[in-house]
Amino acid sequence: MNGIRLYWRFLAASVRAQMQFPGSFLMLLISQALATSGEFVGIWALFRHFGQIKGWTFPEVAVFYAVINMSFSITEVTARGFDIFGPQFVKTGNFDRLLLRPRSTPLQLLGHECRLTRFDRFLQGAVVLVVAAQFVHLDLGVATIALLLATIAGGVALFAGIMILQATLSFWTIESLEVANTLTYGGVEASQYPLDVYVPWFRKFLIFVVPLACVGYFPVVRILGHHDSLGAPAWLCSVSSLMGFLFLAVALRVWRIGIRHYCSTGS
Amino acid sequence: MAAVAGSLRSYRSVFAARFMLMLQYRAAAAAGFVTQCWWGIIKVMVFAAFYHGAAARQPLSFQQTVAYVWLGQAFLMLMPWWGDPEITEMVRSGNVSYERLRPLDTYFFWYARALAWISARMVPRAALMFAMVALLVPLVGLRQWGLAPPPSPRAAALFVAGLLMAVLLSGAILMLINLLVVVLVSDRGPSLLATQTVTLLSGILVPLPFFPGWMRTFLFLQPCAGLADIPFRIYSGNLAGRLALAGLVQMAVWITALIAIGRRLTERVMSRLEVQGG
Amino acid sequence: MPQIRVENLSKTYRVSERRPGAWGAVQGLFARRYRLVHALKHISFSLERGELLGFIGPNGAGKSTTIKILSGILEPLSGRCEIDGLTPWRDRIRHVARIGVVFGQRTQLWWDLPVIDGFDLLRDIYRVPDSEYRRTRDEMIGLMRLERLLEQPVRQLSLGQRMRCEIAAAMLHRPALLFLDEPTIGLDAPSKLAVREFVKTLNRKQGVTVILTTHDMHDIEALAERVIVIGNGVILADKPFALLRAEVLTERRLFADFVGAAPALEIPGAVVRSRDGNSIELSFDPAIISVPRLIESISSTYELADVHVEQPQIEEVIARFYDLHGASEA
Repeated sequence: MNGIRLYWRFLAASVRAQMQFPGSFLMLLISQALATSGEFVGIWALFRHFGQIKGWTFPEVAVFYAVINMSFSITEVTARGFDIFGPQFVKTGNFDRLLLRPRSTPLQLLGHECRLTRFDRFLQGAVVLVVAAQFVHLDLGVATIALLLATIAGGVALFAGIMILQATLSFWTIESLEVANTLTYGGVEASQYPLDVYVPWFRKFLIFVVPLACVGYFPVVRILGHHDSLGAPAWLCSVSSLMGFLFLAVALRVWRIGIRHYCSTGS
Repeated sequence: MAAVAGSLRSYRSVFAARFMLMLQYRAAAAAGFVTQCWWGIIKVMVFAAFYHGAAARQPLSFQQTVAYVWLGQAFLMLMPWWGDPEITEMVRSGNVSYERLRPLDTYFFWYARALAWISARMVPRAALMFAMVALLVPLVGLRQWGLAPPPSPRAAALFVAGLLMAVLLSGAILMLINLLVVVLVSDRGPSLLATQTVTLLSGILVPLPFFPGWMRTFLFLQPCAGLADIPFRIYSGNLAGRLALAGLVQMAVWITALIAIGRRLTERVMSRLEVQGG
Repeated sequence: MPQIRVENLSKTYRVSERRPGAWGAVQGLFARRYRLVHALKHISFSLERGELLGFIGPNGAGKSTTIKILSGILEPLSGRCEIDGLTPWRDRIRHVARIGVVFGQRTQLWWDLPVIDGFDLLRDIYRVPDSEYRRTRDEMIGLMRLERLLEQPVRQLSLGQRMRCEIAAAMLHRPALLFLDEPTIGLDAPSKLAVREFVKTLNRKQGVTVILTTHDMHDIEALAERVIVIGNGVILADKPFALLRAEVLTERRLFADFVGAAPALEIPGAVVRSRDGNSIELSFDPAIISVPRLIESISSTYELADVHVEQPQIEEVIARFYDLHGASEA
């Protein structure tokens, strides 16, 4: 039973567990959807007041918003195990149980829980994208769709990497895990606006340190058919989402170091 | 009289105990600080970009907006986003009714703990944040992005008053959320709606003056405005003189009302638990 | 070739200390204080295939540290350990595929899933071939009488039912070595008996090597031939349980009911522990005065209604042993 099949089994089990109470699940989904839309209301209000930001209009910014939220939501739904890793596994000692199974721990954590109720963020992003696409006259050809999918995939990988790093942190301290929210929720927040809104040093951070711009700004600029005002060539914009996968690979390496530490200090 | 003094002392030690406990979590405070700096910086940059091509007259000046953002981060712990985790835990383990064994009024007992929880989380981060944006940022030459001091001693005094009342207000709202948690025997539902609702209504998401005219009246008058909007605008002088005092009075009214409602409801819920053996 | 070989195993932890009081709390914001805890000091022992070892010791003695090292989730400071030719913490995945672990306090099954679904998931995790799995599964279900529990979600089971499912679950991949960490804790009497029976069958009939950690001395009495006592990080005893008991407490108890009020007895070699109404409790050393002689010396003078002789409670034996070696709770 290789890893992928095992993951599907885990997923099925998790979905089954959640669907045991369909009424409560539906209620949570709806209240979640209401809750998440608050964020978008904020952006709408600001644009209603100011009209534009550094030349970008509301529908254009809406596309940035949609893409990054769709990427993050997929990670949010699937990587729940890493999200709650500190309190649920390290603090309680339940991680020992994972170590006692002859499987890789990331795989087990991925399969731990599939947080379906967070799926509303994806739906919201999709709806916003479809509506905004009308206003910006998006060319929905094969190339654009492919780029969109690649961008979202890269975003999923990047956010997964961030969550894995956050989980690794809990091997050392269970307390300061909030930091990673800076990069996940804060990262989504930052990527909702085009990069040229920010000052140069921050842009560099978003490109080279935590490559959110590579899975958000650059590809979306290409999708919108604009030219990057910062001078990046078009081909670069198309492939930059690969950085997300690179980040993920690094995160997994750090995770292994974290496990070594856990096994030598005990819990 | 002695009884009141006695119970005040009990509430005080309850407060102190929880405060002390929360101080332990120093790594959490440091992490929270980093998170909030990030959010503050992003928001300030976004606003700077918005103001860049905007008309001169705005409901809040850029400096006032910057102050709003930084104060929002500094006092983020004021937001009654989740139920008090101790209460949530009690509900989960089914131990809520044991609270009635204590010779204290349940509402004020929980209220004291809630206030401690809020202020203990707030004080370290607020202090750090103030140090950074009021002192460091101007030092580094980014004066425009730092937190400017209040325009007058009077504004500062009113702000402090508003801040203390915001803590009381937050506690009162938190108590209502606790009740939801107890009644629904779950903290997920209340938390979700509470988080976004409070974030929106307090002005933390977007300062209330920026909302369209038809929403503004309602937004200015509702209770959550006292959590952020009113005190922050008093700080930067946007709400001054009579308007500032009116804002504080509004907060006081809401505090009293919410405490009264909360206390009534708590008694009802707790006695129902006694009957059911919850 | 022993299945398990442990040589000079040592482990030290760093524990952070919290300072008391308000000033201490503020200080704690800036600098942490640590102290070193020597959980294990040069432990050595070995275990043959098919043995059932009881692992006992006061709290904090180093039992769970040893179990964690043996199961591969903790790395020791120094020393060697080999189980079936593998070093547990180094060859983790291969090692854990061959062992089963049951924690008394925690479940490895999925809380919201029916028991049988949890079993199936374990089959996938341990990569057990289908036919083999079905055979083992049915065997375990039969042995532990789990038929009626299979469709229920784990969270609906009582503690006793859950423990039976736990042990069955741990055996699904047919490990040669089974670790049981407090398996009877919190169980009612019938469940305890059921669990002990099960473990005995696994060990005596199927040859599974078992290492049992427990505070319940009746578990030890029922199951373990060999016992290792750990205290303060060192092995205090490693011998058959009967020998341990004989060494520590040779005394016996005699309970006598008299016709009429219990007299004030004075018999050399016997000490009156309590006297209440018609009954009297004596403790004596059978080496000094034998049981027949004692009964005779009482009944020759007084009229006895009833007599019975007991060994002291196991807990007393063990508590006395800890005391003798200064191994009180850490």
